[in-house]
Amino acid sequence: MPTIVVDVMPKAELLDPQGKAVAGALARTGHTAFSGVRIGKRFELTVDGPVDDALRANVQQIAEEILSNQVIEDVVGIHYEVTNAELAEEAAEAASVAGDGFGAPAGETH
Amino acid sequence: MRIGVITFPGSLDDRDAQRAVRLAGGEPVALWHGSHDLEGVDALILPGGFSYGDYLRCGAIASLSPIMTEVVAAANAGMPVLGICNGFQMLTEAGLLEGGLIRNDHGSFICRDQVLTVENTSTAWTAEFEAGQLITIPLKNGEGGFIAAGDTLDRLEGEGRVVFRYVDVNPNGSLRDIAGISNARGNVVGLMPHPEHAVEPGFGPDTAAAMRSGVDGLGFFTSVVKRALVEA
Repeated sequence: MPTIVVDVMPKAELLDPQGKAVAGALARTGHTAFSGVRIGKRFELTVDGPVDDALRANVQQIAEEILSNQVIEDVVGIHYEVTNAELAEEAAEAASVAGDGFGAPAGETH
Repeated sequence: MRIGVITFPGSLDDRDAQRAVRLAGGEPVALWHGSHDLEGVDALILPGGFSYGDYLRCGAIASLSPIMTEVVAAANAGMPVLGICNGFQMLTEAGLLEGGLIRNDHGSFICRDQVLTVENTSTAWTAEFEAGQLITIPLKNGEGGFIAAGDTLDRLEGEGRVVFRYVDVNPNGSLRDIAGISNARGNVVGLMPHPEHAVEPGFGPDTAAAMRSGVDGLGFFTSVVKRALVEA
């Protein structure tokens, strides 16, 4: 099943109180090598259907308009963890193993 | 004057806001987030609380509620809309007010009686105050740090749209001590502190005169009620 990962971070110029608190805890516990910590969010979206250009445009839109608030956050990455090409390869492999051209549907092969 | 108070899943202060409307001489109308019907109200209040458990971002999921379609349309048509705390966060998420609210700079939830200056008395919700008047109302939030880009802050200040500023202490790291702002037209106002908790003697902040006697929040609600009478 294709998974789409959207990474959102608080804007670099803004104070990140959560990160600051964690940085303080690291310093207190002797992990002195780290001069800063910032905390963001990772969203994992799964889709059952194909990942096509329309879906990619849709992901871009919801990442900017819903998953993040552009006043306080930035979308720093959108990753497609399983591509259609990979799924097609898996389907082809499954078909050749099955030998009858009627392999398991892509996405259910593992 | 019928004033709608919208309840979202996780709203806490909807009943308090209804009570404040009643004490100000208005008729409160309970509205539900899942409806598309504003039931003919003359003004709207988005109350405080923790809608959707503050998931995603405070107010973000509530700002996508069915009723928000009608709220945005009504606000753009000039209806008075007040967002208190979580309601303020919803108004910024819905794009009706500029800027955003982030976690308090000190990282802790804060609850205190807070002194504010009223800097703009021409909004729908502040006409009953004097310019520069000091008021004391409760503040209680974990994510009340108001932020916006520098040029946005300059514009808000230049246009007189900083309606309230924190006095004596900045409780949450809000830029330029901003506690509340309005839209350009002045009908939409949002603030982090809670005027609806300072409307009845015996239940408000302490004053020099007596414990819990502060009613500085009542002016928000009488402002909008009297405005309706003038226009009627």
